[in-house]
Amino acid sequence: MSNMNMRKAYGEALLELGRENSKIVALEADLGKSTMSNMFGGAFPERYFQMGIAEADMISVAAGLALTGHIAFASSFASSFAVFASGRPYDQIRSSVAIPRLNVKICGSSAGLSDFGDGKTHQSVDDIAIMRVLPNMKVFSPADYFETKRIVRAMAEIDGPCYIRVNRNDVPVVTAEDAPFEPGRLRRMRDGRDIVIFATGYMVYQSLEAAKLLEAEGVSAKVVNVATIKPFDAEGARAEARGMKAAVTVEEASVIGGLGSAVCEALCAGDADSRIRTLIMGIQDRFGTSAQKYDELLQEYRLTPADIAKTAKEAIKQ
Amino acid sequence: MSYTEKDIRDLKRIAATLRGNLIEMIPPGKVGHLGGSSSIMDITAALYFKHMKVFDDPKNPLRDRCVFSKGHAVLAQYAAFVELGYVSHEDLHRVKTLDGTLQGHPDMDHTPGIEAVTGSLGQGLSVALGMALGLRLDGSASRVFAILGDGELAEGQIWEAAMAAAAYNVDNLVAIIDQNGVQATDAVEKVLPNPRQAEKWTAFGWNAIEIDGHDMAQILEALDAAKACRGRPTAIIANTVKGKGFTFAEGKAAYHNAAMNAEEYAQAQACVEKMKEEA
Repeated sequence: MSNMNMRKAYGEALLELGRENSKIVALEADLGKSTMSNMFGGAFPERYFQMGIAEADMISVAAGLALTGHIAFASSFASSFAVFASGRPYDQIRSSVAIPRLNVKICGSSAGLSDFGDGKTHQSVDDIAIMRVLPNMKVFSPADYFETKRIVRAMAEIDGPCYIRVNRNDVPVVTAEDAPFEPGRLRRMRDGRDIVIFATGYMVYQSLEAAKLLEAEGVSAKVVNVATIKPFDAEGARAEARGMKAAVTVEEASVIGGLGSAVCEALCAGDADSRIRTLIMGIQDRFGTSAQKYDELLQEYRLTPADIAKTAKEAIKQ
Repeated sequence: MSYTEKDIRDLKRIAATLRGNLIEMIPPGKVGHLGGSSSIMDITAALYFKHMKVFDDPKNPLRDRCVFSKGHAVLAQYAAFVELGYVSHEDLHRVKTLDGTLQGHPDMDHTPGIEAVTGSLGQGLSVALGMALGLRLDGSASRVFAILGDGELAEGQIWEAAMAAAAYNVDNLVAIIDQNGVQATDAVEKVLPNPRQAEKWTAFGWNAIEIDGHDMAQILEALDAAKACRGRPTAIIANTVKGKGFTFAEGKAAYHNAAMNAEEYAQAQACVEKMKEEA
């Protein structure tokens, strides 16, 4: 399994879209080298707007461009970076973009803990929750390089606001290059009989590794990739839960308001067979912190395959 | 362009009619933004009934765009939309109601003629800048006007947009600052002083013009000067009076967003009649 970069996928997909559709424009807030939207800027300078370190202005200007019939991709580190693209200009996204359902596509780059060195100000624990709670907003969280490309292309097709969060680091490829992508649908990555693990982003890979560990211990774990967090495939989640002893959700984001919440909301509302015990794994209501390595940070936040396997066993036991 | 006395008189009459429409939306007991809507009313009249390219179809792609960044003054736009035929006169009586087409703040989904969602202050200039960039990209001759409040200028995003508009040499964008000197709670200079606006916009790279925002000839000349200016955006700093035309409310923060009583309403109606006679 080779490692590839989601930011690169974002930059490449944006460049491809720019070639195909002259209505695609891109905006950047001094992080174009990092988000890799500068690939688009190099090819289409007249459609690339460097807005400076002014994320609020970037989002509202994107709204104005959308109002004149353009499809505006605004990227900033996950915090604009995913943090600077979601929380910092939250009200601009809410008022200028989400209320009028404009064609603005927001990329939160270096999401979750993936900007491991920069620490808590740059690591997004809350972006999924705050984008998910916005009416009219669609929220995507790809598992790997190829899925990022598919989602960016899907976002250009969707009429309305979208948010995508991508990982900063090279991470294993878990989907096929030609795999289909249907917005709003779950995708089972591995079959299992005892427990279902719903995961998103890089946590899909971690969960697949956890399933191997569980298998060695006699536990059969199903792994489901949730690349569309909103609109959430509630019926799909209930179908995956039926017949399972328990469920675990895994996300590189706060345990409050994200994937775990979406899964629990769906299962709670379901029939008796789908209302199974569900444990939410993620960032336990705390901010990030600096670390020397990404893996070291995932250990600190208990998001390793071993942690997931341990939680899965606990979920089944009780 | 030079304007005849008749041009000016006609526009003054329209402005008086619009102020009449304004108070129809806020009968006794109904809360509404009287002060900031009437301070921008003469400029609204000049824009929609003389300067801007306006069509019967509010979605005509050749139109000029006007974004009220100070979205609470949207009643001034509604007053104009009735005369343009975008909404009906009856709609005025259903403003801010569940089944009405006129929301408390600008909403393009509900109201024909509204160009963006505004009301959360500070964002409209950026949205207008995005429109101006988009129109320029498409080779359109349409222009974009953003109406800002002077209290609103405390929002930092205004100055982000000011920097960006100058950096991109956007000359199809005009910011009009309704400098009525009074915001929701008190005089701007008491809440947070923000003086020397013309110098500030000039320093940010804009073409700045300061006028009396109730002098129709000055308004029209400033708009023409903005249109003639190439290579940079124009800011028109319009000195206005909050509640202009309604003598009991002029210059008072209390009428920023308030309900008139029956006696005040009768006075307001008399003020409108007097404006119509004098025009």
